[in-house]
Amino acid sequence: MNKFKTIIWVILMAISINAVYIVFVSRNGKIVNADNANIMRSNGKLYVVVAIVVTILLGLFLYVFNLDRKISKLEKK
Amino acid sequence: MIRQSWWKILSFILLLYTCSYGFFVEVPSPPGVPLKETIRNLFFHVPMWIAMMICFIVSVIYAVKYLSKHDPVNDIYSTEFARTGTLLGILGLVTGMIWANYQWGKAWSGDPKQNGAAIAVLIYFAYFVLKGSLHDEEKQARIGAVYNIFAFFMLFPMIWILPRLTESLHPGGMGNGNEGNPGLNPKDTTNSMRTVMYPAFIGWTLLSVWITTLRIRVQIIHQKQLGNE
Repeated sequence: MNKFKTIIWVILMAISINAVYIVFVSRNGKIVNADNANIMRSNGKLYVVVAIVVTILLGLFLYVFNLDRKISKLEKK
Repeated sequence: MIRQSWWKILSFILLLYTCSYGFFVEVPSPPGVPLKETIRNLFFHVPMWIAMMICFIVSVIYAVKYLSKHDPVNDIYSTEFARTGTLLGILGLVTGMIWANYQWGKAWSGDPKQNGAAIAVLIYFAYFVLKGSLHDEEKQARIGAVYNIFAFFMLFPMIWILPRLTESLHPGGMGNGNEGNPGLNPKDTTNSMRTVMYPAFIGWTLLSVWITTLRIRVQIIHQKQLGNE
């Protein structure tokens, strides 16, 4: 279970570092992956909203999932 | 069943699909219908009501079960489903008000469906007030279950029958040529929208059931602790 936690942690960190990179580095104009930034800016920047909604959803589900696990542990006691 | 994880994962996948593809799916914008992009609220606002209805139906079933078997676990199920249902009702009202503010010009225009839904939610508020005011647990459960049945049969006409009998801004009112379902207008819904709409209904419902089961499990642990003391 600990291994599983570490993997999830690494993935989350990777995503957040990536997000910070996209938001801050591309704002200063030093875009390495220009195509990636263009996707986010196309379609009236609608993809930005999608990214935010998906992030909220991910956070919400992680929270509920953790709550579920904690209650399962309580039940076993 | 409530400890299995497949339907929780299913709920996550369906909502991820709803919250991403729901923004890209082609929506119709026929002339004369000012909905435009806001029709996408069908994936977010309407599921609140669907999930609320399912929570209240489950709640009233467990209330009847409690009255026939007097098992306190049934009372916990009934109460917690009513609680989630009320929360979803409030979310439905608030999201509806935001939508109405831009669609109908006012957040609250006294539409029969709005009024009916608000009354229905208030009736469920009274359910919790009633339960909270009684100290004896058995009495609380029994009177609560009876009131729950009453509240459900008030909810029914408030949001399913009365809005169909009068003129309404919602779809399905009398006199505007689209009599029928008070929640959805078939003319605004295309097949490609249905591919998101139904997963959205199922996904949001499963999420609300999941949250409810968490509360139920906590309450059951709490009861056991009280029994041990």
